[in-house]
Amino acid sequence: MADAISPTRTAAEAELAIQAAQEAGRSTGYWAGVWKRVRRDPVTIGCALVLVLMLLAIICAPLIAPHDPYQGSMIRRLRAIGTPNYLLGTDELGRDMLTRLLYGGRLSWFMGITPVVLAFVIGTVLGVLAGFAGGKINMAIMRVTDVFYAFPSVLLAVAISGALGAGIVNAILALTLVFIPPIIRVAETVTTGVRNLDFVDAARASGANAFTIVRVHVLGNVLGPIFVYATSLISVSMILASGLSFLGLGTKPPEPEWGLMLNTLRTAIYVQPWVAVLPGVCIFVTSICFNLVSDGLRQAMDVKG
Amino acid sequence: MFFYLIRRIAYGIPIALAVGFVCFMLVQIAPGDPINAIVPPDAPGDVVEQVRRDYGLDKPLPVQFGLWLLKVVQGDLGRSLASGRPVWSDLSSAIGNTLLLAACASLLGFILGCVLGGLAGTFRGSWLDRAAVTLAVGGVSVPHYWLGMVMVVIFSVQLNWLPAMGAGPGGSSDWAWDWEHIQHLVLPAVTLCVIPMGIVTRTVRGIIAEIMNQEFVTALRGKGLTQRGVFVHVVKNAAPTALAVMGLQLGYLMGGSILVETVFSWPGTGLLLNNAIFQRDLPVLQGTILVLAMFFVALNLIVDLMQTALDPRIKRG
Repeated sequence: MADAISPTRTAAEAELAIQAAQEAGRSTGYWAGVWKRVRRDPVTIGCALVLVLMLLAIICAPLIAPHDPYQGSMIRRLRAIGTPNYLLGTDELGRDMLTRLLYGGRLSWFMGITPVVLAFVIGTVLGVLAGFAGGKINMAIMRVTDVFYAFPSVLLAVAISGALGAGIVNAILALTLVFIPPIIRVAETVTTGVRNLDFVDAARASGANAFTIVRVHVLGNVLGPIFVYATSLISVSMILASGLSFLGLGTKPPEPEWGLMLNTLRTAIYVQPWVAVLPGVCIFVTSICFNLVSDGLRQAMDVKG
Repeated sequence: MFFYLIRRIAYGIPIALAVGFVCFMLVQIAPGDPINAIVPPDAPGDVVEQVRRDYGLDKPLPVQFGLWLLKVVQGDLGRSLASGRPVWSDLSSAIGNTLLLAACASLLGFILGCVLGGLAGTFRGSWLDRAAVTLAVGGVSVPHYWLGMVMVVIFSVQLNWLPAMGAGPGGSSDWAWDWEHIQHLVLPAVTLCVIPMGIVTRTVRGIIAEIMNQEFVTALRGKGLTQRGVFVHVVKNAAPTALAVMGLQLGYLMGGSILVETVFSWPGTGLLLNNAIFQRDLPVLQGTILVLAMFFVALNLIVDLMQTALDPRIKRG
C-alpha cells in the first residue's frame, strides 16, 4: 500500500516544490517582473533609448548646439541639408536648423508632457473620488465629464486656446482640460472595480477610514492602469501641442518650437522642401516612440484595454 | 427599442444644452470685455452702450445665456467682426466642404483599416500582421499637418501631379464632382485618412482576433464550413463595433480637420476657425465650434442608435 502511494506523494510534493519555486521567483516583486518583461521587448527598449537620447540632447542644447538659435543672417537663408558648418541647413531667416531643432525640442517636450502630467494628477484625484464615493458625487463628476466628451479633442483644444489667445500657458491649460475627462473615466472605471473587492470590505470592517482605504488599498491597485493610460496620451499631446503652435496658438516667434518652426517654414517648401519638413520629423519620431513605449508598458504591466 | 430611442434622445438634450453653455462661455473666458467681441474696437462709446443693452450684456450671466440660446435656436449665430456678414452665411458653405473632406477621409480610412485590420487579425503573428500594426501605429502617431506638408512636397512640388491648395480651380470654394475639383480633394483626404486608418486597423484587428478564438468559429470549422463561410460569420460579428468606431471617427475628423485644412487652404470650417483665431473674430469662433460640437453630439446619438439596431446582442429596454 505504502509503496503504491509514495510515488504519487512525491509527484505531488515535486509539483508543490515547483510551484513554491515559481512563487519565490514571482515574489521578487511586481515591478521587477514588469522590468523583466520590458527588458525582453527590443522595440520598447529601443524607443525608450531614442527618447532618453533626445531628452539628453535637448537638455544639453546650450552645450552641444553649434550656433545661436536666434542669430540669423540674410546671406545664408535656406541652405540645403549637408551645407558645411550647417549640417541640417538653415531656416527662412538664416538660422541654423540643427541648433533650432535642439532648442525647439525643449518647448515641444515641455508643452507636450506638462498637460498630461497635470491631467494625470487632477484626473486621478477626481476619478478616484467619483469611483470611490459613488452616488451623487459620482453623478456630478461623471456628467460634467460627459459634456467635455461631447467635443472632439482637437476642436476643444483649439476652442479654448483660441478664446484665451495665443501663449504657452494658455495652450497648456487648454490641453490639460482636454486630457482630464478621459483620465477621469479610466480612473473611475478601475476604482469602481476595486471598490467592491473583498479586501476593501475587510479594511472597512477593521475600522479603516475612507482616506486610509483609498491611500493604502485603492491607489496601489488603480495607479498602474491610469499611469499606462496617461503615457498613451503623451503622443497625442505632443502632436496637439505642436499643432496649436503650428496654428499660431502656442509659442510666438522667434521662440524655437517644432510646430511653430514647421509653420514658419511652410513657405519654404518650394525652395528647400527637405529642410522645411525637418521639425515634423522630430515630432513624428518623438510621438511614435512615446506610443510604442506606452504599448510596451501596457503589455508588461498586463493592463487590459 | 422604442423607449430606448426616446430615452437616448432625451439624454442628449441636457448634453446639447451643456455643450451650448461651454460654447457660450468661450466668449466669457476670452480676455477683455465680451462687448469687444461684438463691436469693432473703434466704435464710439454711446454705440457700445447701445449694443450692450441690445445684446443684454448688462444683465446677469444666466439671463445672458438664455437670451443667447434663444437667438441660436432661431439660427442667429451673430455677425462676424471681420466681415460684418452673419456668421451662418460663411459657416454653411464651409460646413459642406468640411463634411465632404471628412466623409471621404473617414471612408478611405475605414476601407484601408478594415483590410489591414482584417488581414492582421486573421494572420496574427505573421509579417502581414506586423506590417499592418506598424502602419497603424504610424497612422496614429504622425502629426498629420506635417504629413500634409510632406505630401505637398512630394506630389505637388517634386512630381507636380496634384494641386497643393484650395478646393477647385481659381480658388473657388463651390464643389463639383469633376476631375478639376476631385484632384484638389486627393491630398487632403489621403492625409486626413491616416488617423481613422490607424484606429480602425487596431480595432478591427482586436475584434477579429477575439472572434476567431471563440468556440463558435471552431464549431463552424468543425462542421466543415469553407474558409469563406467562416469569414462571413466573423464579419457579421465584427461589423457593428467597426461601424461604430468609424462613425465616431467621422465626428473627430470634422472637428480635427482644422490643421489639415490650414495646410491645404481647404475652404472648410477649419480654415474659417483659423482665420477667426488670427483676427480674434470671436463670434465666428463661437458659432463654428458650436455647430461642429452639435454635429458631434448628434453623430454620437446616431452611432449609438445604429449600433443598437444593427447588433441584436445589445438589448436596451
